[in-house]
Amino acid sequence: MISSNVVIVVAISYMALLFGVAALADRQVARGQFGWLKSPLVYTLSLSVYCTGWTFYGAVGSAVRNGLEFAAIYIGPTLLFVGWFWLLRKLVRVGRSQRITSIADLVSSRYGKSNDLAVIVTLLAVISSTPYIALQLQSLTISYTALTGIATSPGQSPVYISFWFAVGLAGFTILFGTRNVDVNERHHGVVTAIAFEAVVKLFALLAVGVFVVYGLADGPADIFSRAPPDILQTDRIFGARWITLNMLSAMAIITLPRMFHVLVVENVDERHLATAAWAFPLYLFLISLFVIPIGIAGLSVLPAGSNPDMFVLTVPLSGGHTGLALVAYLGGLSAATSMVIVSAIALSTMVSNHIVVPIWLRLRENSNKTSGDVRGVLLASRRVSIAVIIGLGFLYFRLTGGSEALASIGLIAFAGLAQIIPPLMAGLFWRGANRNGAAMGMIIGSIIWIYTLFLPSFGGGFLISADTIANGLFGWEALKPRALFGLTGLDPLVHAVFWSLALNILTLIFVSLATTPNELERLQSALFIDAMRKGYDATTPALGRTAASEDLYTLAQRILGTDRAYAFFLKSAAEQGLEKGLPDPSNAFIRDFERELAGSVGSASAHAMVSQIAGGGTVSVDDLMNIADETAQILQYSQQLEAQSKVLEDTAEKLRTANAQLTEIGEQKDLFLSHVSHELRTPMTSIRSFAEILRETPDISHPDAQKFVSIIDTESHRLTRLLDEILDLSFLESGRAEWTLIPVSLGDVIQRARQNVAALDGGDRLKFELPKDLSQVMVTADPDRSSQVLINLFTNVLKYGSADAPTITVTTSRGDSYVHLNVHDDGPGIGADDRARVFEKFTRLASKDLAGSAGLGLPISREIMRNMGGDLQLLSEGPGTTFRATFKTV
Amino acid sequence: MPKKVIIVEDEPNIAESLNFILNRAGYEVKWVSDGNDAVFEIQNMQPDVVILDVMLPNRSGLEILRDLRAAPAISKTPVLMLSAKGQTKDLAIAIETGADHYMVKPFSNADVLAKVTELAGT
Repeated sequence: MISSNVVIVVAISYMALLFGVAALADRQVARGQFGWLKSPLVYTLSLSVYCTGWTFYGAVGSAVRNGLEFAAIYIGPTLLFVGWFWLLRKLVRVGRSQRITSIADLVSSRYGKSNDLAVIVTLLAVISSTPYIALQLQSLTISYTALTGIATSPGQSPVYISFWFAVGLAGFTILFGTRNVDVNERHHGVVTAIAFEAVVKLFALLAVGVFVVYGLADGPADIFSRAPPDILQTDRIFGARWITLNMLSAMAIITLPRMFHVLVVENVDERHLATAAWAFPLYLFLISLFVIPIGIAGLSVLPAGSNPDMFVLTVPLSGGHTGLALVAYLGGLSAATSMVIVSAIALSTMVSNHIVVPIWLRLRENSNKTSGDVRGVLLASRRVSIAVIIGLGFLYFRLTGGSEALASIGLIAFAGLAQIIPPLMAGLFWRGANRNGAAMGMIIGSIIWIYTLFLPSFGGGFLISADTIANGLFGWEALKPRALFGLTGLDPLVHAVFWSLALNILTLIFVSLATTPNELERLQSALFIDAMRKGYDATTPALGRTAASEDLYTLAQRILGTDRAYAFFLKSAAEQGLEKGLPDPSNAFIRDFERELAGSVGSASAHAMVSQIAGGGTVSVDDLMNIADETAQILQYSQQLEAQSKVLEDTAEKLRTANAQLTEIGEQKDLFLSHVSHELRTPMTSIRSFAEILRETPDISHPDAQKFVSIIDTESHRLTRLLDEILDLSFLESGRAEWTLIPVSLGDVIQRARQNVAALDGGDRLKFELPKDLSQVMVTADPDRSSQVLINLFTNVLKYGSADAPTITVTTSRGDSYVHLNVHDDGPGIGADDRARVFEKFTRLASKDLAGSAGLGLPISREIMRNMGGDLQLLSEGPGTTFRATFKTV
Repeated sequence: MPKKVIIVEDEPNIAESLNFILNRAGYEVKWVSDGNDAVFEIQNMQPDVVILDVMLPNRSGLEILRDLRAAPAISKTPVLMLSAKGQTKDLAIAIETGADHYMVKPFSNADVLAKVTELAGT
C-alpha cells in the first residue's frame, strides 16, 4: 500500500507535467515552430487515446473473465487501419476539405448542413459517452483505492473520491482545452500531451508485463505453463459476439468523438495516415502483448476473488514493488485522463457549436441587438459543456454504482455511437442518401439502443424498472429489452446491435428513396462522394477564417468573376462614403450583395451562402467556397449545354430551309410531270382516236382517210418533237451538254437560222431587216446551238405574229466583252401580265393554231445562251416584241 | 330530231375526231374552241350533252362547268369532262364541281360514244 498523500502528490505533479508539455507545445506553435509537432509519430501516438483506462485495466479483467475476447477490441481497429486507403483516407480528405470540426459537423455538413442532424448526433454522442466517462471515473477511483487500500471492496468506493476526480478532470480539461477559441478546432498542445501520455501508458504496461514475465516467472514459457485451462480456450469465443465486438471496435475508431477528433480534426497532413496505418496497429499490439501474462500472474499470485480489473496494480503491489505500482498507476491515470480530456473537448465543441450557439443566435436575433461577443459565448458554453459532460459521467457512475465490469460499460458506448455509422458511410458512398433518411434512421436506431442496452445497464435504477427489463414494457413479451420482437437466445450486446443497426439502415434506405433532397444537400453530397476525385493538396490552408468583407469578396469573385466582383465592391464602398478599401459588411450591403449573387446562383443558394458568412454560422468559409466552386462548375456546364442547343437549333433551321427547298423542288417537279403528261397525252389522243376510226370504219371515204392519216402523221411528229425538247432541256439543265465554243460571225448564225425557218415555213413569209456589218460581228459561241436559239425566236414570230408578212428587225449593240443581238418583231407584243411567264416551261401564250411547240422553246433557248456565257431576255419596250440575245465577244 | 352535242375543246384534231364519231352516230355536233365562248354557245344551243375539256386557253373547263351549273336553263345539262391530266385529284374536283362523267385522254372512241349515248338518254 502507498500513502494516499504520496499518490495525490504524484498524480497532481504528473498532471502539472502534462500541462507543461501542452503549454510548451502551444508556445512553439505560437512562434510558428512546428518541428516534430507535425510529425506522423505524434499523430499516431495521439490516436492511442483509443486506449483508455478500460483498456489499461479492463483488458486484463476481460481476459481473465472471457479469455481471448478482449483481443477483438484491438483487431477491429487494426483491420480498419490496415485498410486505411479505402475509408479513413476519404474520411480525412473530406474532413480537411470541408473544415469539419466534429463528427456531428461531418454528418450535418454532408446532409445539406442540417443542424437538426448535428443535434441528433451530438445528443447521441453525449449519451453514449456518459457511461464511457463514468468508466474512466470508475477506473480512476478503484485504482486509487487499490493503490492506497482505502476501500476494501470494489464497487463501494467512497463517492467523494470519484467526485474529486471528476472536479479535477473538469478543471484540467477546461484549462487545457478552452484557453482560447480556435476556429479550426486544432489543439497542438493537447495533442502533444496526449502523445506524451501514450508513451507513458505503453511504458507502464510494458514495465508491468516485463516484470511479470521475467520477474515473477522465468520467461514466457513459464508464465503460460501456469495458465488456467480455460483462459486460452477459443471455442466459446469466436461466435456472433466476437464478430460484433470486432465490428463495434472498428466503427468506434470513427464514431467515438475523441477518436474522430484526433483522427480527422487534428490531422495536419493526410499523408500521416500512411504511417499510422502500420504504427497504430503496432502500438495496439504492444499494449495488448502482456495482457494475458498479467492475468495469469494475477490469478496465480493473488488470493481468489481479487478484482482482475486491478491486476495491473495489485500484482506489483503484492510483491512490494511500490515504485512499479506507482508507474502502473501513472499509466492508468494517463489512459483515463487523456480519454476524458479529449472526449470532453470534442463533445463540448459539438454541444456549443450545434446546440448552444444556434440557440443563443436565435435569442439575440429576437432581442434585435446587433453586437455581441461570440467568442465569450463560445468559451463560456464550452466550459459549461465540459463541466456538464463530466458531471453526467459522474452521475452515471453514481447511479449504476459501478456495478458492471469495466469492459461491458465501454461496449454500451460503442454500440450507441455505432448508430452514426449508417448515415456516415451512406454519406460517403451513396449519392441517394438524404437528410430525412439519415435523421429517421439515427433516431430509430438510437431509441432501440437506449431501450435495449443503455437503460438496462442501470439494472432497473433509471427510467425503466427491473420488472420491465425482465418482462417487457407493459408486460409485453415482444417489448422485452433483451429479447425484442421475440428474438431470444442472443447475447444482450449482439441483440441490441443487431436490432438498432438493422432498423437504422433499413430506415435510412427507405426514407432516402421515398424523399427528395434539397439543392444544398445535392451539392454537399457530390462534394463528399467525389472527395477523392480532386488531387490531395497539402497546402490547403489549415486555419479557418472569420467572416468579413474579405470573405464576401472572395465568394463574390468565385461566383461573379473578378471584374464584376471588383466593380460591385467598389461601387458599394463609394456608396458607404469610403474612399478606398472594402465596404463595411453592413446589413444594407449584405442585402445588396445577396441580390447580386442571386442573379448568378438563384436566390436560395445566395441566401444560404451569404447568411452562413454574414450570420457567423458554424460552417467555415471554405465550405462555402466549395459550394461556390461547385456552382461555378454547374453554371459552366449549363452554358455548354446552352451552346450545344444553339448549334442544334441552327442545324434544325438549316434542315427546315433545306426541307422547304426540297418541297419546292418537289412541287416544281410534280408540276413539270403534270405538264409533260398533258403535252404527251394530247397528240396521243388524236393519234389513237383517228387510228380507231380508220380501223373501225370500213366504208370511210378516201379523202377522209387521207386527211386522218395526215393528222396522225402530224401529231406523231409533234410527239417526237416534244420528247426531243424535253430531253434537250433536261440535258441542258443537267450541265452535261457539250459545247463547241468557237469564234463565229453573227451574220453566219442568222443566215443559217433564216434558211431553217424558210424550210419549215415552206415559203418566204418572214421579212428581215439586218444591219449591214453583221458578218463582221464576231462572237464566241456554239454555231449550231446559236442557230437553234434564233430559229426558235423566228418561229415564235411566225406563230404569234399577227401580220401576214411579219417583219423582223435585228440590231446589235456592243459592250466590252459582249454583244447584244436584239430581235424585234412587229407583232401584237406580249401583255404585261405574261412577260414574267415567257421563260417558264410549258407556257403558251396564244392559241395553238400552229400546233408545234409545247412551250419549251424559250426556256431551252435561254438555257443555251446562259451555257455559252450569255443570256436571253425579253425587253419591255413596245410596240411589238423584242428579245435580246447576249453573246460573249471573241 | 337528232340529239345535240357541244364539244368544248382547244385541240382541233381531237375535236375533229370526236365530231366524226358523233356525226356518224347521228348526233348534231357543234365545236367550240375558246373557253370564253363556251357558256354562250351552250345556252344558245341547249345541247343534250356537253363534252368539256379541262385545259382550255383563257378559261378552264372547271370554271365553265361552274357557270353551267349556276345557269338555270342549262344547270341540268349532262357534262362529260375530258382531261389530259390523269390525276385522281383532278377527277375528284371535276365530279365535285358537277361533272356527270370524267374521261382521261387518250380515250377509246367506243367508250366516249357509249357514255354520250347514256348521258343523252337515247
